[in-house]
Amino acid sequence: MSSPAPKSPELSDKSKKYDRQIRLWGEHGQTLLEAATVCLVNVTAVGCETAKGLVLPGIGGFTVADGSTVKEEDLGNNFFLDPTYLGKPKAFACMQLLQELNPDVNGDYVEESADYILANRPNFFDSFDLVIASNLNEKTLLVLADRLWDANVPLIYCRSLGMMGTIRLQIREHCIVEAHPDNRQFDLRLEHPFDALRQHLDGTEVTNKVPWLLVLHKYLSIWQKQQTDGTLSPRNYKEKNQLREAIRDEMKADEENYEEAIKAVNTAFGAGQIPLGLKAIFEDDACDQLSKKSNVFWIMAKALKHFVIHENKGHLPLPGVLPDMTANTDSYIALQHIYRQQAMQDADQVYHKCQDYLKQLTLPADTIDKRSVRLLCREAAGLSVLRGTRVAEEYEKSSRLLALVEDNELQGNLTAFNFALRAYERFLSEYGNIPGECTVEQDIGRLKSIAGKMMSDLGMHATISDDVLHEICRYGGAELHAVSAFIGGCAAQEVIKVITKQYKPIDNTFIYNAITTKSVTLKL
Amino acid sequence: MSVHSPNPALILQNKRWNGLRNVLEREGPFCKDDFSASSDNLEFLQTNCKLLVIGAGGLGCELLKDLALMGFGNLHVIDMDTIELSNLNRQFLFRRTDIGSSKAECAARFINGRVPTCRVTPHFKKIQDFDETFYQQFNLIVCGLDSIVARRWINGMLLSMLRYEDDGSIDTTSIIPMIDGGTEGFKGNARVILPGYTACIECTLDLFPPQVNYPLCTIANTPRLPEHCIEYVKIIQWDKESPFGVPLDGDDPQHIGWVYERALERANEFNITGVTYRLVQGVVKHIIPAVASTNAVIAAACALEVFKLATSCYDYMSNYLNFNDLDGIYTYTYEAEKSEGCLACSNVPQTVTVDDPNTTTLEDVIKQLCDSPRFQLKNPSLTTVMKDGKQKTLYMSTVKSIEVATRKNLTQSLGELGLQDGQQLTVTDVTSPSAMIVQLKFQGNEIEMV
Repeated sequence: MSSPAPKSPELSDKSKKYDRQIRLWGEHGQTLLEAATVCLVNVTAVGCETAKGLVLPGIGGFTVADGSTVKEEDLGNNFFLDPTYLGKPKAFACMQLLQELNPDVNGDYVEESADYILANRPNFFDSFDLVIASNLNEKTLLVLADRLWDANVPLIYCRSLGMMGTIRLQIREHCIVEAHPDNRQFDLRLEHPFDALRQHLDGTEVTNKVPWLLVLHKYLSIWQKQQTDGTLSPRNYKEKNQLREAIRDEMKADEENYEEAIKAVNTAFGAGQIPLGLKAIFEDDACDQLSKKSNVFWIMAKALKHFVIHENKGHLPLPGVLPDMTANTDSYIALQHIYRQQAMQDADQVYHKCQDYLKQLTLPADTIDKRSVRLLCREAAGLSVLRGTRVAEEYEKSSRLLALVEDNELQGNLTAFNFALRAYERFLSEYGNIPGECTVEQDIGRLKSIAGKMMSDLGMHATISDDVLHEICRYGGAELHAVSAFIGGCAAQEVIKVITKQYKPIDNTFIYNAITTKSVTLKL
Repeated sequence: MSVHSPNPALILQNKRWNGLRNVLEREGPFCKDDFSASSDNLEFLQTNCKLLVIGAGGLGCELLKDLALMGFGNLHVIDMDTIELSNLNRQFLFRRTDIGSSKAECAARFINGRVPTCRVTPHFKKIQDFDETFYQQFNLIVCGLDSIVARRWINGMLLSMLRYEDDGSIDTTSIIPMIDGGTEGFKGNARVILPGYTACIECTLDLFPPQVNYPLCTIANTPRLPEHCIEYVKIIQWDKESPFGVPLDGDDPQHIGWVYERALERANEFNITGVTYRLVQGVVKHIIPAVASTNAVIAAACALEVFKLATSCYDYMSNYLNFNDLDGIYTYTYEAEKSEGCLACSNVPQTVTVDDPNTTTLEDVIKQLCDSPRFQLKNPSLTTVMKDGKQKTLYMSTVKSIEVATRKNLTQSLGELGLQDGQQLTVTDVTSPSAMIVQLKFQGNEIEMV
């Protein structure tokens, strides 16, 4: 080999520090995270634990908003307050102790409550990439959530009370290219080989040294000829077994690629079609009616749709990812090359269509780069769009809520606790004090009447059990650190998903019961 | 060692515990039947309850914080590791200036400074440096480990500390509950183990994902993936060329640089793409991705179980929680079952089936002990008592001189070694602090399924 000896690159200091997470969301995910700023409304243990989960991985910046001062009872559950700050502004204290975790992150604070900001300078929130709030009363929550909805700023709202915790994500629209599915199906196109693949398959002799894909193709072709109805691949257990037997019959001892071909019969077929999620994206109005203000995701989605329907006979662009197969190096690399080349070609076609649309919209050509289109094409089968709902909608009658009631019972203990926590927040708004802070018995009655009215206002003919309301009052407003750490950890990851546009966030309410260690996610 | 004995009256006056006191001093409809709401509960957590946290890494840092703020006043922590740059994205008790220092000592210092009601005692040591007299002093043990071997070892230790009544039942006062957490990327689990009563680590060994191993012939002759090229340099080329005259050290950037350059050369030669510096590091060091959030969640789930067990305020989890937040947030709790034939906690003698004692060698038996999902041993040492009553060391890899003396036995057949059907072998391994008895079963006419 005459090529010069490769030189080892120096990884940057940041790249080393964040190595363990960059392995998950990549340098491009890290770049988005480092460019983002969030606002933490209300200093609570759950809020601070959420912020901690963002400061450590290196979010760009955070601003803490809280109008109160540090009291002794705040020290028991919040790691980001300590006795030296007693009497000082909470926002300042927790900003300092959070910022100290990571010098890469900018910390800021305002000594103002959410109510004050909303009343006096509500546009304060508009510049953030996301707002995290926790343990508010009902009135403040609804005003804040509406403000953020109008400003198109996503909101993560956390509750942590006693052994209960919830996370609510309010976001208008969230488009995900890299969902990172746990079990990715390889898209091999054996049923519909593209020209280059067909030529390669037809022109290569099947030996015990070639990848199983060639073995499978050989016997699939024979099997296809035996089908009278033009079936291209085995559809059921019986047909798959026919194919497996056909391969086994021809297999000599110890042919690993034949063994692998037999195993692959179950998973090798069926990819490349338009999955339901993608179909919905193609039929979405946002995909249909592009405008200058369209998210680039929708421009690329429309180009993708055009390619699939008009240029590729209904098949997705080829992802070009080949699983490892026992084979000699040359035959594997040759096959891999064919898949990769086709994937590039497909993506280039989609890219050109994107450029056509950009021109029509009179947007600059560099609005969309080739790299993004290649990524979109590789991930086409898993593209996903989340359309959120307003928090305030949950406080109106809706069919989504009615579905939670069955035989006059709320479905499951977790749902009941979610509504009990809402009744708790209404209690805070109406009485101005915390249920169970002083007397448990009396407050159970008051909470029960609030809960009863709340449920009937929502048109939900169900009651929350006395036990659940008793448990809520028993806490007397106690926020337990470990429950907040659990919820804060989850919430931080949801924020990272929203910011990096990778992995699917919750849609839209996560409820956790630490007594039973059970959880559920509801779309409210 | 500092002894911490705060005044109980002061604890209860301290407003910092107002919230926790509501939960511990009020009756509730979901409390455990034998829970008695009283100020004694918090006093117990603050003064008498002694916990051991094993590991001061991603989970350990979180556990110490969570337990300190859940009212526990007396914690010990063991960790043999020192702090590295790549820990700082999640091990939040450490700063850049701490790189190179003991994790246990640094973590303890931070918690003691931040939470005045808690005293953490650090041990910059291996778990194997302590014996049962040390482990005996704790009410509960919480593990935040990344090593399966270490988990198996402490599991074995706690099982060996069980005492039995005359009727064979376990003396319940000898049980030290073990709460174990594990994470990998966006996935994690938390479990409660009551040694002898509920499924132990060995009962569910198959839950750990198998390590990826590439066949040697692929690495040497038919590489296809960048990983194959890296493994080639690591396994074959390093020893052959011995570039720095020392074994490969994954933490030495010069070493990784050399592996990267050679692996890239090999990849170019075979037209293989995708060798990156990060991938080289990952393959050489077996790096598992890790984020702050998953560690926070799993540690919190563990801390909550510790809190339930220590106070009886709620029933503890039975017994295994799976967590995953790749797609939304998913949790699933189920009861992992005790395995009837568990190596560690069932008291059932283990058998190894041998096809033909005249062709099966000692090495074959050792290979079976390492490869079989049931045993998964690492480098077992085998001794036995021969027919004449004499103790015989069949093979021992851990002591160099004995290894040399017993190496010849590896290639001998069991017949040649004079071992008989039903022969009992005493097997020791790094995966357990105590020895295990394995019985040889020579395959006769009856076929036993293993």
